[in-house]
Amino acid sequence: MRILRLTIRNAFRHRLRSVLTIAGIAIAVTAFGFLRTVVTAWYSGVEASSANRLITRQAISFIFPLPYADKEQIARLPNVRSVSWANWFGGVYKDKSQFFARMAVDGDTYFDVYPEFQIEPDQLAQFKRERNACIVGADLAQQYGFKLGDIIPLDGDIYPGHWEFVVRGIYRPRDKTIDGTQMLFHWDYLNERIRQESPGRADEVGWYIVKIDDPARSAEVSDHIDALFANSRAETKTETERAFQQGFAQSGNVIIGGINFISFVIVGIIMLVLGNTMIMSARERTREYAVFKTLGFSAKYIATMIFGESLVLSIFGAAFGVPLTIGLVKMFEQFVPKAWFPVFYVEPVTYVLAATAALLVGVAAALFPMQRAMRTPIVEGLRFIG
Amino acid sequence: MQPLIRIEGVSKAYRRDSFDIPVLNKLTLDVAEGEFLALMGPSGSGKTTLLNLVAGIDRPNQGRITVGDTDIAALSETALAKWRATHVGFIFQFYNLIPVLTAYENVELPLLLTPLSKAERRKHVELALGVVGLSDRIYHYPKQLSGGQEQRVAIARAIATDPTLLVADEPTGDLDKQSAEEILTLLDRLNKEFKKTIVMVTHDPRAAERAHTVRHLDKGELI
Amino acid sequence: MKIPLKYIARNLVTRKLTTGITVAGVALVVFVFSAVLMLAHGVHQTLVATGGTDNVIITRKSSNGEISSIIDGDTQSIILTLPYIAKGANGQPIVSREPVVVINLNKIGDGVSNVTVRGVSEPAFALRPQVKLVEGRMFAFGSRELIVGQAIESRFAGAQIGDVVKFAGDQWKIVGKFEAGKSAFDSELWGDALQLLNAFNRGNSISSMTLKLERPEAFESFQRAFEAEQRLNQFEPKVERKYFEEQSEFLSLFISVLGIFVTVIFSAGATIGATITMYAAVANRTVEIGTLRALGFRRRSVLTAFLLESCLLALVGGTLGLVLSSLLQFFRVSTLNFQSFAELEFSFALSPQVILSSLLFALAMGIIGGFIPAVHAARLKIVNALRGA
Repeated sequence: MRILRLTIRNAFRHRLRSVLTIAGIAIAVTAFGFLRTVVTAWYSGVEASSANRLITRQAISFIFPLPYADKEQIARLPNVRSVSWANWFGGVYKDKSQFFARMAVDGDTYFDVYPEFQIEPDQLAQFKRERNACIVGADLAQQYGFKLGDIIPLDGDIYPGHWEFVVRGIYRPRDKTIDGTQMLFHWDYLNERIRQESPGRADEVGWYIVKIDDPARSAEVSDHIDALFANSRAETKTETERAFQQGFAQSGNVIIGGINFISFVIVGIIMLVLGNTMIMSARERTREYAVFKTLGFSAKYIATMIFGESLVLSIFGAAFGVPLTIGLVKMFEQFVPKAWFPVFYVEPVTYVLAATAALLVGVAAALFPMQRAMRTPIVEGLRFIG
Repeated sequence: MQPLIRIEGVSKAYRRDSFDIPVLNKLTLDVAEGEFLALMGPSGSGKTTLLNLVAGIDRPNQGRITVGDTDIAALSETALAKWRATHVGFIFQFYNLIPVLTAYENVELPLLLTPLSKAERRKHVELALGVVGLSDRIYHYPKQLSGGQEQRVAIARAIATDPTLLVADEPTGDLDKQSAEEILTLLDRLNKEFKKTIVMVTHDPRAAERAHTVRHLDKGELI
Repeated sequence: MKIPLKYIARNLVTRKLTTGITVAGVALVVFVFSAVLMLAHGVHQTLVATGGTDNVIITRKSSNGEISSIIDGDTQSIILTLPYIAKGANGQPIVSREPVVVINLNKIGDGVSNVTVRGVSEPAFALRPQVKLVEGRMFAFGSRELIVGQAIESRFAGAQIGDVVKFAGDQWKIVGKFEAGKSAFDSELWGDALQLLNAFNRGNSISSMTLKLERPEAFESFQRAFEAEQRLNQFEPKVERKYFEEQSEFLSLFISVLGIFVTVIFSAGATIGATITMYAAVANRTVEIGTLRALGFRRRSVLTAFLLESCLLALVGGTLGLVLSSLLQFFRVSTLNFQSFAELEFSFALSPQVILSSLLFALAMGIIGGFIPAVHAARLKIVNALRGA
């Protein structure tokens, strides 16, 4: 234990410098953790996917609808437990910057197919009874102060006109990996009005959500469904929910790649700051190390001391950086509307990665000064003035 | 004739962790113009402190120090800096040359604080380096010079502004016998030929020999 | 400050390793900072290049992009009755009625993305003189043929001349490649508007209408006439350049905010690196500082000297970072633009503003990092400094 105490004391020999070094590492660890959290948030849709849901959409483009009639055919297939559907409504709430997901869904089946949207039975019942009722996520309700009974007005774009919906339910996301910022209302209501205003566009579904019995058969069922509509005007593409979400996430590949690159740069900076400190402190103590050697301490002992000091600094840096990351994430959440990043939290693996990065850096930064301390002959060391 | 330097009732103490350590005790001393004074004494006797006070790089707690017509203890920090630039030349034990400047640039340094033009400065530098006998090494860096040569550059720097007073703190402390001899001869010359007043702190009896007057200090008092 | 500049500069060169490391840290931060700015600027530039100032594009007010905008036939007729619309040689108004959709295509390599397909009519080419056919031939009006923008041709599988794209129950042949002056149109597929409307069963409901004004200055008057027409209150006209500029807003903002947020955070790391280095410099030159003060140099001069040293360090790092990021200009990036919901290719664009911002950023790091050590140096007592304490 004596070595440990000596190492810690040596690491803080130059209090100001050590504090600065630790601060530098902590900041870099924080940035690293924050960026990874952004990447996690980006892929949250993928992570929240359920293995027993398939998404069926128009093969050529997500924005083209499928006929409502397809539903019957899909529902009749073996291994299909139930079929639900949804249309992306889009539109504008108050102004174009108020973004959140607004969808028309099948009131009867949607919440069965998405059990992770947890809702009180009486709220769900009330929702099913009213044509223009809607259900909003708890996080969305919090962001805008929506309460049961409130009216949400929307201006449609894909479905033009003025629309009003009454909040009859607030769903709770099962856990923090689930999006709690969606607004869901009746597809029937949408379809009715479209039939009146532009009949050519009635009975169209954005995409189907197919709940299957056995996740192991997802490929089989997907092919089966697509075969049904293979040479029709609306060819379908069916894939697991995970693959579907991944497709979306992939589109931001470049940006995510950029963010990952920046994470590496950050690790590089940590290494530079710590390395700088280690080099300087080892350099100052060249004569001291030489004296140690004359007293009989081996070169390896000295190298271990340097290594230990470097690790002490990086451990402290990581220890401060981790709570700072949490603080930064919380601050970000305060300033950025929840609906823009519905899922935003620090994954456990991020902590592990950040700590590991800091430790690895501690090791790497010590290598050069360690080598120098070991190699410098005693006589040269004693002569060193600096 | 009025003495150049009048030190009257000067006391100085240092604060170390809330202790007051007295160094000089109501010291009084006169130094005449053109004098070559050596201050000697054991470690802790206060000789370096006295030198620092006379040179204006420290202030007494009590008492008055007059150099020429100026009560330097009463000057503000800014005024004191200005006074030092024109009135004092420093010679240190470890030369204290700026390592990244050449010999020429080191000697030029104090001249930058004067309103002289570049051409005028050049004249002063060349003159000073000529006096110390280093005209052939003016573009060398300190690390390319021997100890004796470095000290000569330092002396050239000290005389470049033609100051009233030269203060030297152990000028031969780090030199071998021969170099020390050369430096002392130079100081001698500066005093006799150029009429510079020199106050020198030293341990070296050979150096003391070259001075006119030797005063001893012990425990903050002249003995 | 009377202390010579060469003193400052030469001191940086003496401690090469430590100086080098600190410079590298600053360079890295400035590299990322300027890269982010260049990227945001690149997006902006691409979209600005897309629109002209004498063209007006009309879309539905509440739509976020062309693909969610719908303009029916009646509305189109009403718009054509408005004044100030330029007429072509044949006396007809120069108007392009465009249905815009996105389709999925496979990227060369990995993944899938959305690609914009725009239905155009003859006037579209008069409206957009920057569009030039560079290979193959123009699609024949009345046929199911397409021409492909160079960004899509180079990045997507099955999007080369001769390939067939299957959608809307039919096969569409790509017969030519065009370039559009590094604008958003480079990332599109163009075909006959009427054919596309027909294939998608959209009757004559288009996404947007682009028309040419008699003179760019007439826009305000045109807008007033537009707004005066009650039946057009669900739609809005915009100068084409402004419309596309706004299409880039979210993406630019996203890149800028995220990038700058992060860069500022870890610039703190680099700044701390500078502080550590400067502190070491002060500690190593304590005797020197004492000497300068003894010689008569003022505290202020010492402060300034060390601060300048820190700034010089930072500027060297900043310049290095900029030089590196300027190399990025050779790369073109393609990603999904959330607003248009389609792929958009753009480049890293350097501008005087980016250069200035980056250098100022570096300078700020130098000043903040070097300030406290410089103050520390200036506050040293002469006698203590001379003793090396």
